[in-house]
Amino acid sequence: MSSTPPAPADVPVDGVLAPPEEQAPLEREDPLAPLTEYRLDPARPLRASGHLRRRQLVSRTMDALQSASALIAVSVLAFVVYSVVSHGASILSISFLTKGPPLIETEPGGGIAPMIVGTATLVAIAAAISAPIGILAALYMTEFAGRRSARLVRLALDLLYGVPTIVTGLFIFALLVAGKSQMGFAGAVGLAIIMLPLIARATQEALVLVPRDLRQAVEALGVGRWRAVRGVVLPSALGGILTATVLSIARAAGETAPLLFASSVFSNGVSMNIFGEATPNLTVYIYKASEGANRFGWARAWGAALALLGFILVVNIAIRAFDARRRARLLG
Amino acid sequence: MLERAVQQVPARRVAASRSGAFARSADRIGDAVLQALCVIAALLAILLLAAIVYEVVGSASSAIGRYGLGFLFHRAWKPNFEVFGAAVALFGTVVTSLAALLIAVPLGVAIALFLSTLAPGRVRSVIGPLVEMLAAIPSVILGFWGILVLAPLLPAHVEPFLHGVFGFLPIFGAPEQSGASVLNAVLILTIMVLPIIASISRDLFLTVPRELTDGARALGSTRWEVVRGVVLPSTASGIIAASFLGLGRALGEAIAVAQTIGAGKAISASFFATGNTAASLIAQQYFGATDRMQVSALFYLAVILLVIGLVANLAAQAIARRFDVHVALAR
Amino acid sequence: MRSESHSRGSAVIPRVRILTGEPRDGAHGLVPAERSGARALQAPEREAIFDIRELSVSYEGSPALTGVSMRIERGLITAVIGPSGCGKSTFLRCLNRMNDSVRGFTLTGSVRYHGHDVYGAGVDPVEVRRRIGMVFQRPNPLPKSIYDNVAWAPRNLKMKARLEERVERSLRAAALWEEVKDRLGKSALGLSGGQQQRLCIARAMAIEPDVLLLDEPASALDPVASASIEELLHTLKHRYTIVIVTHNMQQAARIADRTAFFSLASSGELRAGTLVEYNDTEEIFTRPRDPRTGDYVTGRFG
Repeated sequence: MSSTPPAPADVPVDGVLAPPEEQAPLEREDPLAPLTEYRLDPARPLRASGHLRRRQLVSRTMDALQSASALIAVSVLAFVVYSVVSHGASILSISFLTKGPPLIETEPGGGIAPMIVGTATLVAIAAAISAPIGILAALYMTEFAGRRSARLVRLALDLLYGVPTIVTGLFIFALLVAGKSQMGFAGAVGLAIIMLPLIARATQEALVLVPRDLRQAVEALGVGRWRAVRGVVLPSALGGILTATVLSIARAAGETAPLLFASSVFSNGVSMNIFGEATPNLTVYIYKASEGANRFGWARAWGAALALLGFILVVNIAIRAFDARRRARLLG
Repeated sequence: MLERAVQQVPARRVAASRSGAFARSADRIGDAVLQALCVIAALLAILLLAAIVYEVVGSASSAIGRYGLGFLFHRAWKPNFEVFGAAVALFGTVVTSLAALLIAVPLGVAIALFLSTLAPGRVRSVIGPLVEMLAAIPSVILGFWGILVLAPLLPAHVEPFLHGVFGFLPIFGAPEQSGASVLNAVLILTIMVLPIIASISRDLFLTVPRELTDGARALGSTRWEVVRGVVLPSTASGIIAASFLGLGRALGEAIAVAQTIGAGKAISASFFATGNTAASLIAQQYFGATDRMQVSALFYLAVILLVIGLVANLAAQAIARRFDVHVALAR
Repeated sequence: MRSESHSRGSAVIPRVRILTGEPRDGAHGLVPAERSGARALQAPEREAIFDIRELSVSYEGSPALTGVSMRIERGLITAVIGPSGCGKSTFLRCLNRMNDSVRGFTLTGSVRYHGHDVYGAGVDPVEVRRRIGMVFQRPNPLPKSIYDNVAWAPRNLKMKARLEERVERSLRAAALWEEVKDRLGKSALGLSGGQQQRLCIARAMAIEPDVLLLDEPASALDPVASASIEELLHTLKHRYTIVIVTHNMQQAARIADRTAFFSLASSGELRAGTLVEYNDTEEIFTRPRDPRTGDYVTGRFG
């Protein structure tokens, strides 16, 4: 039986014998009778042949394309990170991190200390504004609101997340800057607007995970709701809330658009006058360097990019490790 | 119910005997204060959204009044003559976003398939986080990389190749001098959208029940046939929702596009030419926007961005809700 | 319902004669005359469709099945019974390589199908599954229309000629046609559990496999649906070799020609499923040779 007779061109040969004389007309009264033109020869070896060989070729090609796609993504990441590290490392030094840029931007040397301090200041203020509001809004959705009002707040937060960051930047400009001068505080508010939905939605997801039994057990003690929230709900969701806040800080540190109209025209020194003038910051500094055609400015911008990317990646990796441990503890 | 009541009695008694009526009224005040704070925070989120819409539309009103809907179709943007038209920028916005999505969706879905079904566990746990790291790179750094590293490579290597092979398509015209181009912006946007599509799709694929794929495998189908016949159809709505999220991201990206697209003033068929998008046009004029009408015109652009950004977002959520897929919007 | 199926069953008989009258070769030569299993079947020699020897399976190092040797014969219904966790499903899924993608799956021993090593070099698992169909414990129709559920696999396999007829035949054979013929375009997920399971059987038959493996096909169904599946198996046994895992001993006694009893065996501190006794169904239920089998079939076991 190993020698399959050569099949006619129009008859598929996928593991079947096709003796033409057996192509009996359909016997309606016997649904179990096989449609003979495709009948299986069970004794044939189990190797792929005919159609299956072609189908497997398609399938394996698709497998290869999927692997290649993953490889492309990882290569792009490696390429970008390599570029930033190789360009940035040549300028990065203690003095680069502790000095300001030269008075004239087209000169070599100097550092980015005012921008590092400024970005840290802006992000800290933004976190101080957005974290309490975000956590309270999340508490409202999980602890106090009815279904419909919770959905409304959720919708508002998701829509806030969908507002393009440049629009947020213009909004802040109209609200706090137009007619006055730029000020760091306005930029911080812009960053806070971007952080708010991130913190609120992630906190909400962490709060939902607090076991219902635990909540009921505390309420059954007859203590007030705020005691339950403070004593049980928040502590058991603390890991999730912290994760969300830190991740949103890393995200905000890399934002440029909300600062563009609020805190972009800055001097080269450290500025703590957040209500009176623009606060120097890393992202706008890099953005301005990319608009210019000055290689010393580019070199400093690479250094700034390395400092910023290093911070963001380290935070992301650390949070990922922390989060994995926390989840393992929650489940185990 | 009864159990709870039984537990409640001694607990109440303990609390009462300890500090009496004072504790109870403190509890009541505490409850009220917490609830009030939460309500205020939630209202603030809603008000913030309303304020953004109000301020942006309000600031755009004088441009809207003066230019009307013609703003959308007029090509020139000449601040010195108070002539403002958004056609070039809107065309660029649509073209760059769709092109980026056209690359990122198949690529992202393929990566997600690799991560959820093909790769062995250890490879998965390395590659998965790496792909997500891509989303963590700030857009300003991507744009900086795009203009300083990618831009010199494109006219030298990529554009001649594409022109040679696909030159019959007008989008792959003759190679240009500068690497700041629509193509550059499209590639940078693709890098930004890719991790969104890939990680949401991966999560979706992991929700496909094993029973379902087992059933398909038991019918003598190949891996790809299972993917095409079962995995993709049962997650299609989620992938579309993810694509809308990616679209919203690409449409609204200002910084990286402003850095790489070359601030062109004309509509060109070729991807190798410069162009502009609405968001990047705003970003490019942060410094010079002092004239009232120019500022108002920028806000008019922002109104358009806000509308399409919110529509893309709402569409993503509507699809996700309608087909009962959980798509983590904020991550 | 009942009388209808019976008449259908009788209509099949002439076809059976034709099938069993077909010349056989190849496979026979590989079936050994003597078998290593202590409780080897003494029944008259039929053609072995599966010849399983010293089959052992473990998942990530922990054994699930040890030392199973048995021959499954052509044209019969073979039932696999035993307490839960004794490796019945694992055993069944080894026959068509459904376990391949399970993490940490390792197998020793051999499974021969018509004399071909199912786990041999060059074997394509897709080809194995194309010939050895499977129906699962819980109905798992694809999220497609009723028609497409049945037509999907034939389309993949390029069995596209007379496709509508093929779908109708399969649905008729699964005794589902009359119930769904007016809504073939509707989603299969709208069917009842019993209907879904019959659809899954129709779907498996649509590509005309050689063997049907059924993994507790009625366990997730109500008694009425379960009875209709059982009735269906009676009509199918004339066309297919059937291996069915069941926890329902009455069911095994009613439908199976041969029955294999699996149980947990301890070796050291590790416990794994193994084959205890394999014989004609009647023998297993009336004159079991192993006391463990007796305990189980009379209900003295757990």
